[in-house]
Amino acid sequence: MKIFRNLALTLALICASGCEDKKPQSPAPSTSTTPAPASSTPSTSKYMVGFSQVGAESGWRTANTKSIKDEAAKRGIELKFSDAQGDQENQIRAIRAFIQQKVDFIAFSPKTQDGWQQVLEEAKKAKIPVILTDREVKVTGDDLYVTFIGSDFVEEGKRAAEWLAKATGGKATIAELQGTPGAAPAIDRKKGFELGIAAFPGMKIVKSQSGNFERSKGKEVFEAFLRSPEGPSIDCLYAHNDDMALGAIQAIEAAGKKPGKDIKIVSIDGVRDAFQAMADGKLNCSVECNPLLGPQLFDVIEKLRKGEHVEKHLKVQDSVYEQSQVTPEVLKSRQY
Amino acid sequence: MARAAPFKSIPSQLFPLAGILLLFAVNIAFDLAGGRVGLTRPGAFLHIGIADGVPSGAIIDILNYGSGIAILAIGMTLVTASRGVDLSLGSIMAICGAVAVELLNHGTPAWACIAAALAAGLLCGLWNGILISMLDLQPFVATLVLLVCGRGVAQMITLGQTTAFHDPLLEFVGLGRLAWLPLPLPFILALTILSATLFIVRCTRAGLTLESFGDSPVAARFAGVQPRIVQLAIYGFSGMCAAVSGLIAAANIKAADPFNCGRNSELGAIFAAVVGGTALTGGRFSLSGAFIGAFLLQTLTTTMYARDVSADVAPLPQAMVILAVCIAASPKLRQRIRDWRSGTRP
Repeated sequence: MKIFRNLALTLALICASGCEDKKPQSPAPSTSTTPAPASSTPSTSKYMVGFSQVGAESGWRTANTKSIKDEAAKRGIELKFSDAQGDQENQIRAIRAFIQQKVDFIAFSPKTQDGWQQVLEEAKKAKIPVILTDREVKVTGDDLYVTFIGSDFVEEGKRAAEWLAKATGGKATIAELQGTPGAAPAIDRKKGFELGIAAFPGMKIVKSQSGNFERSKGKEVFEAFLRSPEGPSIDCLYAHNDDMALGAIQAIEAAGKKPGKDIKIVSIDGVRDAFQAMADGKLNCSVECNPLLGPQLFDVIEKLRKGEHVEKHLKVQDSVYEQSQVTPEVLKSRQY
Repeated sequence: MARAAPFKSIPSQLFPLAGILLLFAVNIAFDLAGGRVGLTRPGAFLHIGIADGVPSGAIIDILNYGSGIAILAIGMTLVTASRGVDLSLGSIMAICGAVAVELLNHGTPAWACIAAALAAGLLCGLWNGILISMLDLQPFVATLVLLVCGRGVAQMITLGQTTAFHDPLLEFVGLGRLAWLPLPLPFILALTILSATLFIVRCTRAGLTLESFGDSPVAARFAGVQPRIVQLAIYGFSGMCAAVSGLIAAANIKAADPFNCGRNSELGAIFAAVVGGTALTGGRFSLSGAFIGAFLLQTLTTTMYARDVSADVAPLPQAMVILAVCIAASPKLRQRIRDWRSGTRP
């Protein structure tokens, strides 16, 4: 009895102190920038942009952050940057702070699709244009944000399927490594790929499991795929991101097979390590999902300042890379 | 020890072991019912084949991937026995992996990188130990600080990227096989650390010191135990366990992944320790129980893969197995059953 009372007490304490401790870490948007809102005299040449980043959960995201910060510095724009550490509450708080500081533009990469209605209405009331980057939100009222700059995840999945159909002549036994359950890129890349192979009755997904977008999980799950009764028949792999494909490549090698030959691999993102793997002949194709949104974001802001019309969805310039396109120069020029 | 069970108790290690056997039975049942693979044909859970010259199969996977958590669980068990908790293990893993790989990529010989990673783990652990023993911070808070900022430190070390490496010695830590014992090297490392720790805890006075400290720090101090030294040593040790685990994780994917390496693995280690019979309130602990508990967790994960349970559903059966093992291990429940059988009402 005593053990359990103590255990319950400890757990309660753990929870309590966990909550308490989180508060000081939640990033106030002012910490990384100048705290005083210097917007009382908005001059014509200088203006302020508030950007709320979702977190720093991957190399892709770090490259995304760096691109936005670098571009702001290059153009001499005052950027108020806030890292939400993967927490939507923090993002909402940051956006409210931006509104209070009377920034001229708000941009953010939403953590999830839902839950943005109210804060975006507050921004609209304050007449601050909002720009979404990388991911979309679900809100009622089309005028709550100006534009969405980002890749089309469904399209990425489709392109991966199209490439695979071309490379295999429409006959493939496919294993799929999904991203984190519930994440928009995972859902849409799965959907897009399924749409893409629907026209090819010879292409079948025989195994599909989440590898959480992680290299280690990609390896562990693909090992399990190879061991399964369907394992020996798998001749193609579709991974929702490069990291999982890179893990799976090691699993394939450990099983004594040749990645890229015995099992054709297509993945999404186009990170530098994936280009290296293509140069080594181990990865067949990577559909790019470009994180370097900085220049495009500030181009849009300039346009809005001039009062020009901006499309509701601005697609990022993405390409499909296959082995033959990966030259040493291309490899060198990859920034992320 | 007032909280020892008041009747002849079943060894606590048996409960996670029973859980593992139960999962094996489930897998075998599915394999047999499916009819395609039988008991040991390729594709079956029990099948062990040879791939690339070494044994491979689901069981080998369990030994391989369970070892990282098992090593963490050894450290966590000792920390828990001292009435503490170490939430920073996963972040320390990320830091140590990053240190080793970055040094390696800057031309440091592999053995020195491994030593540096171990030293980094020790330092992180001692940092926790100093905050807890010298400044009297709550272990939960002290290690939470490192949990949060440690991952940032790891990302700073690798400049925010997942960094790949190529080196036979460092890769050997995670992927190697000894010629005379072709089991995954991580498992052999875990067994070695378990035996060494068991020896120190059971055959020297360190174990008694730890147990008495965990049971009652005040009484232990009056008996001549130096609480600061005990806590420093324990957190330092748990930091080094995390370093070994971090090296294994990095070697396994031939890259340091500061974002995901060891994420949430401290929770796995706490679970393994508790299910193996360690009291979160200190004093009572079982190293071998925690060790087996870690492999119970991995058996669960591997079972989910083998049975094609999709990742959004998987937490439910996992939680049910964990709950069942915890309930079966509850001394209170067994006491009740005993009372009910003998007809005595409490």
